[in-house]
Amino acid sequence: MRLRWWMVGLVVCLLMAGLLSLFASPLPDGLERVAEDHGFAEKAEELFSSPFPDYSLPGLGGALSTSLAGVLGVLLILLLTLLWARVLRKR
Amino acid sequence: MHLPDGFLTPEVWVPLWALAAAVLAFSVWRVNRRLEDRHVPLLGVLAAFVFAVQMLNVPVAGGTSGHVVGGVLIAVFVGPLAGSLVMASILAVQALFFQDGGITTLGANILNMGLIGAILGYWLYFLISRVVGGKRGRMVGAGVAAWVAIVLASVACSLELAASGTSPLSVALPAMVGYHAVIGVVEAVVTVAVVGMVSRARPDLLELPKL
Repeated sequence: MRLRWWMVGLVVCLLMAGLLSLFASPLPDGLERVAEDHGFAEKAEELFSSPFPDYSLPGLGGALSTSLAGVLGVLLILLLTLLWARVLRKR
Repeated sequence: MHLPDGFLTPEVWVPLWALAAAVLAFSVWRVNRRLEDRHVPLLGVLAAFVFAVQMLNVPVAGGTSGHVVGGVLIAVFVGPLAGSLVMASILAVQALFFQDGGITTLGANILNMGLIGAILGYWLYFLISRVVGGKRGRMVGAGVAAWVAIVLASVACSLELAASGTSPLSVALPAMVGYHAVIGVVEAVVTVAVVGMVSRARPDLLELPKL
């Protein structure tokens, strides 16, 4: 099989979401920090429970949980985008 | 900068949902039947890349982290309207599957992190790259537009929080802009680095029609 640019791109994405993500900073982001410092963080609500809250697989702890959630996310967004892109294509 | 449910009141999130939906509907209408076959894999990989890079928070000032948002990066490759569709797809997947950003606030998040970067950011990039010219123009334009898009997103977010009575503008605006002026530098560096790498390895991927 010939090596195509998109294969390289996809491997990079999977490595970022599946491995590099384990080294991501757990610190609050800009908005979370402002919400904590100025007392409105507790206004956040959960209206429903999503399947992979905070990029983790429920029932599975630690690194593997984040890793798998990242890989699943990459595949999910890839499929969704390819789907609408094919629908909107020139015919 | 993903707004969770509860931070915005209906008077704010309903019109922003409507605005985001209207812009996305216009994008679908304009992009439809103009995408070429070679756009399809590029859109897929760009979406996957921006989803992945958004997981990678890096520490910035004062016990805070930030991540790349990617709106300008995507639009530099595929244009503002196709770019806004990719960003909306990412933000919808994050809200629905990963509890990253709310459902009521999805319209606001699409506006702040998607449309501002992909559309306003793209036109700023386009303008600067034409004025400066050449390959240098592309780099300068991408970097400046990436920084401006993040800062503008934090301004929009502050205005939405203030309009909802969640945090007064005098508090939210300086705090949000302060952190995001730093996070914007990360956005600019990554945007320029990726555009630079692709322009050396596969310059043809940057020459597709911009939609």
